[in-house]
Amino acid sequence: MEGTPIVPPPLVRFSGIQKTYDGEHLVVKNLDLDIRKGEFITLLGPSGSGKTTTLMMLAGFEVPTQGEIYLSDRPIKNMPPHKRDIGMVFQNYALFPHLTIAENVAFPLSVRKISKAEVQDRVKAALRMIKLETLAHRRPGQLSGGQQQRVALARALVFNPQLVLMDEPLGALDKRLREQMQLEIKQLHETMGITVVYVTHDQSEALTMSDRIAVFNDGIVQQIDKPSALYEQPVNSFVAHFIGENNVLAGTVETVEKDYCRVALAGGGAVTARAVNVSGAGASTSLSVRPERIALVPDGASSDGSNRLPARVQNTIYLGDHALAVLDVAGNCEFMVKLQPGTHDGLRHGESVFVTFRPEDCLALDPV
Amino acid sequence: MTAASLTGADPQTKVPLKRRLKQAERARQIKALALVLPLLLFLLFTFAGPIAGMLWRAVDDREVRQVLPQTIAALASWDGKDLPDEKTYAALASDILAARTAGTIAIAAKRLNYALNGFRTILTSTARNLKAMPDTGTAKETLGKINPAWRERTTWTTIKDAGGPVTGFYLLAALDLTRNADGAIVAAPADQAIYRDIFARTFLISLGVTALCLILGFPVAYLLAALPPGQSNLLMIFVLLPFWTSLLVRTCAWIVLLQSQGIVNDSLHWLGIIDAPLRLIYNRFGVCVAMTHVLLPFMILPLYSSMKAISPAYMRAAASLGAPPLTAFLRIYLPQTLPGIGAGSLLVFILALGYYITPALVGGAADQMISYFIALYTTETANWGLASALGAVLLLATILLALVYGRLVQGQQVTGGMKN
Repeated sequence: MEGTPIVPPPLVRFSGIQKTYDGEHLVVKNLDLDIRKGEFITLLGPSGSGKTTTLMMLAGFEVPTQGEIYLSDRPIKNMPPHKRDIGMVFQNYALFPHLTIAENVAFPLSVRKISKAEVQDRVKAALRMIKLETLAHRRPGQLSGGQQQRVALARALVFNPQLVLMDEPLGALDKRLREQMQLEIKQLHETMGITVVYVTHDQSEALTMSDRIAVFNDGIVQQIDKPSALYEQPVNSFVAHFIGENNVLAGTVETVEKDYCRVALAGGGAVTARAVNVSGAGASTSLSVRPERIALVPDGASSDGSNRLPARVQNTIYLGDHALAVLDVAGNCEFMVKLQPGTHDGLRHGESVFVTFRPEDCLALDPV
Repeated sequence: MTAASLTGADPQTKVPLKRRLKQAERARQIKALALVLPLLLFLLFTFAGPIAGMLWRAVDDREVRQVLPQTIAALASWDGKDLPDEKTYAALASDILAARTAGTIAIAAKRLNYALNGFRTILTSTARNLKAMPDTGTAKETLGKINPAWRERTTWTTIKDAGGPVTGFYLLAALDLTRNADGAIVAAPADQAIYRDIFARTFLISLGVTALCLILGFPVAYLLAALPPGQSNLLMIFVLLPFWTSLLVRTCAWIVLLQSQGIVNDSLHWLGIIDAPLRLIYNRFGVCVAMTHVLLPFMILPLYSSMKAISPAYMRAAASLGAPPLTAFLRIYLPQTLPGIGAGSLLVFILALGYYITPALVGGAADQMISYFIALYTTETANWGLASALGAVLLLATILLALVYGRLVQGQQVTGGMKN
């Protein structure tokens, strides 16, 4: 099915959206974003990057200062939230405390004047979906955080909205529960075929669940792509740094040859890197290398054209399934290398070693 | 295994643990009690004690017994069918002579006059004309000659009923009821039956004031809860401002505003809306306006505290789920403010029930509430029994209301701001 030439129109289109609260500072600067029907898209970014504002504009709780939002090709900028037919899951669930679980889930149906019998059936089905049928007559306050989260989910899905928004819905849960809920939400998305716009600042959550991720920073979408592409081919230093662990080495471009360039490091030495985001020879750049793409070797002679740099061991950190070696490499004293446990038990503080990585695993990006 | 040992399944260790817990708790309880003890004692002496004393006065009836002890003793065996025997008349004559010497005849006269209009005259005229103890066997004749009322059965039943030591007379009177000569409870004569109307008026005014406070206070409380902190603090100062001036000053200010030559009438006249001044004060309107003004903060504050606890996310959630603003307000917001509405209404209603100064100053004769009459009987006519009985009925009504409210809130189980 993939690669079909006919691209269906997007479900949501942000067109030239700007948003300011104080008239001086733009929270969202010129946003263009298409959301396809049926996809799970995550708006990822640090706090204050504009991702929540974007979500609120889509939900209708904030009005864009400029630009237009289209939902199924209809402009919705001035449509009140209750007419948008968008389900939303809030950060703290926002379950109505004076209603029971069943009444909470029935609420979106009853305001749509659906017959009592059908409401009952659909509420029952929704509660079965989240496996909470037995708690239908409890009040939200009597439920655990995870259960409340499920109810909020059921309530946002029960009226079959064309779009479901989730605003950091798992932020209040502990780690284990959060991981379990991530899988449950992902499963619901797949079985129901709903379109989900998910906001989070947790990159691992975004990588786990999303079809596509839009990385926000400073009111601008830095990159929109599949999780693997974001990780493997970040377009700039921010994305490389924000998604996953990342080692940064500062340097200056000496020569550029096709896709690759030669970079002289500020801390001494030179490496070959993929030229992703460099303007040309003489420009300063910041290199990005993932810790798991680096190996430790005892000597500095390279035979296969890979990069080798001298390093001094600062520390080793044991993490169960793997270990991290913290090294001092070319002036970066927090250079991380991921090690298989047991392979480098003998590393001592202050020991001299060499790090090696392939040119294609080293990305030359814009300077930090 | 570990779980079992943690929960103390071993009976050997369970008992000492419980005892230790109790000891630890007891020390804390004693400390807590010591902290509240000064206030507790203060309340006991200045609040609970006087109230209990007043309630006792509502049923206390020993005045006649103290002044006419022999008569009351003699009447104890009287069946109430015919006139009492000669011995009783002799006892009364002896009592009256003794009371005249002691100067206590007026006390009994006042009490008996409550029960039977004109009894004061009977007793004082008898005391005046009874020169000396009548000869044995002639007491009945002598007294009957002095005042023919002594030949009537009702005169004697009145004395017997007022013999105490406790009586339901005042409480019955407070409810427009009385006992007839046969001891059955019947409606009081029309000229004495005023208290039911006054209670009804008191409740009606209180209810109206409560409704006005709710209607006026709800939007203000909403604004207080919704505004950003700076503006909301300023508004809160305006709400609390009346608390910093005396009740009397605020009430008198309304007199200045509402009188026929007052600001309101003058402004309306100047605007050409009216030709003759409107009667805005010394009537029900003035009472309601002044009381609403004074009691408004008591409605706003509980409302505000319940609204403050409602996260704006609820209204957003309701909107995102498809509820138009009015539906969201009625089905999501309003129910969550119910504890605040209940607390505020109860507070205002109960305060209004006992209002005295404001209706006394800005009300007409037909707008006086029950506390006016309680004050009247305590200070003017010194009928403490009736004053206490009216107070007792008011207190009972208030307690009942508070209980009903408590039950309602408990049944609701809303987690609003009024939990604490």
